[in-house]
Amino acid sequence: MVTLGIFSAFTPQNVLYLLGGLGITVGVSIISVILSLIFGSIVGIIQFERLPYFSKFVGTINNVIRNLPLLLIIFFVYFALPKIGIHLPIFWATVIAMSTFESAMLAEIVRGGLESVDIGQFEGARANGLSNMQTMIYIILPQAYKKMIPPIISQLISLVKDTSLAMGIVLSEMTYRGQIVYAQNSTYIIPVLIAITLVYFLLNYGLSLIARWADHKLA
Amino acid sequence: MALLQNNFPTFLQGFGYTLLSSIIALIGSMILGTGFAIMQIVPQKWIQKIGNIYVQVFRNIPLLIITFFFFLVVSKYIKMSGFTSGTVALMLYTSAFIAETVRAGILAVNTGQMEGARANGLSFAQAMRYIVLPQAFRISLPSLGNQFINLVKNSSILAFVGGLDLMYQGNMIAANTFDTFSTYIIVAIFYLILTLPLSYYIQHLERKLKRAA
Repeated sequence: MVTLGIFSAFTPQNVLYLLGGLGITVGVSIISVILSLIFGSIVGIIQFERLPYFSKFVGTINNVIRNLPLLLIIFFVYFALPKIGIHLPIFWATVIAMSTFESAMLAEIVRGGLESVDIGQFEGARANGLSNMQTMIYIILPQAYKKMIPPIISQLISLVKDTSLAMGIVLSEMTYRGQIVYAQNSTYIIPVLIAITLVYFLLNYGLSLIARWADHKLA
Repeated sequence: MALLQNNFPTFLQGFGYTLLSSIIALIGSMILGTGFAIMQIVPQKWIQKIGNIYVQVFRNIPLLIITFFFFLVVSKYIKMSGFTSGTVALMLYTSAFIAETVRAGILAVNTGQMEGARANGLSFAQAMRYIVLPQAFRISLPSLGNQFINLVKNSSILAFVGGLDLMYQGNMIAANTFDTFSTYIIVAIFYLILTLPLSYYIQHLERKLKRAA
C-alpha cells in the first residue's frame, strides 16, 4: 500500500500544484528578503549611531519584535490589524509579517557587523574629509557587509523555512498545498512529506553552501 | 482589561504548556546537541559524518514539517499527543542548532587543552568531559541563550497540532471573543515575559565577554 502511495501521490496534477506552492514560498521569501535587508540595515545603522533617545527607542521596539514568535506576528498582521482598519490580502500580510520580523533579526546582525569594524576606519575616513554619511556608505558598510554575509545567509535560510508558518493563515504555499494533497488519501502523507522535506532541504542546503563559499572567499 | 480577566486561567494554562514544552525541549536538545557536537569532533570519520548529516538535515528543513511528521506519521505507530509530537520535534530541531553552537565552542577552546589533557593520561572522553566541554560551554553561553530564546518562540508551532500552548490558547480566545487585537497583544506580553529578560541578560553577557577578551 505504501509503495502504491508513493507512485500515485505524484500525479502530474499534484506535482504541478506543489510546484505552484513552491513558487509562492520562493516569492514570499524573495520579497521579504529584499524588504528586510533594506529596513534591517536602516534600523541597524540607527542603533549603531546612538542618536539620543531615538536609537534607544528604535532599539527597544526592535528587541520586542525579535523576541516574539514569528507565528504570533503573522496572526497579528492578518487577524488583528483589520480591527484597526488595515486589511491586507494573505500574501501581503505574510510578506509584511515576515519582513517586520526578519528586519529586526537583520538589524541585530547589521549592528553587530558595524561594531566589528575597527574604530580607526571611522577616524581615518573622517580625518580625510569624508562626511559622516560618506564614511558610512563608502568605508564602513562595505567592510561590515563582508563580515555579515554568513549570518545574513543563515537568517535567509530560516526565512525560507519560516514561510511554512504562513499556512497558519492559509497562505497557499508549499507546506499548505502538501497538506491539501495528502488530505485526499492518507497513504500520500509519507511520500508528500518526504518530497516537501527534500525540496526545502535542497533549497536551504544550496544557500548554506553559498554561505560557506562566501565565508571562504571573503575571510 | 476584561478580556484578560475573563480568560486569565486559559492564558495561564497556555503559558504553562509553553514553558513546560520549552523546558523539556531545552533539556533534551542540550543533551542531544552536545552529543552531536562531540560526534562531529571525534577522530573517527564515519561518526563525524553521521553527526554532520543529522545537523545539516535538521537545520535545513522547517520545524513545521518535522512536527507534522511526528504528528501524522509517527503517532500512527507510537501513540502521542499533539503536545508530545510538537515537543519532540522542537527538541530534535533545536538540537541541530545547539550542536552547531557547541561544536563552535569546542573548536574555540585552545587545542593545547585537549593535547595537555591527553598527555596527562586522560582518555578522549575524560578530556572532553572535564577539560574541553566546560570551557566550550562558557564560550558558547551567549549563543546557547539565543538558541533558547528561539526555542521558546518556536514552541508556538504547537498551535498547529493542538498542543494547548500559549499560541493555541490565544487563537482559541481570539476566535471566541472576536477581539483579536487585544488577545494577540496579551499573548505577545506573555511571550515577552519569557524571552525579553533572557535577551537582555544575553546582551549583558556578550558585553562582559567582549570586555574580557
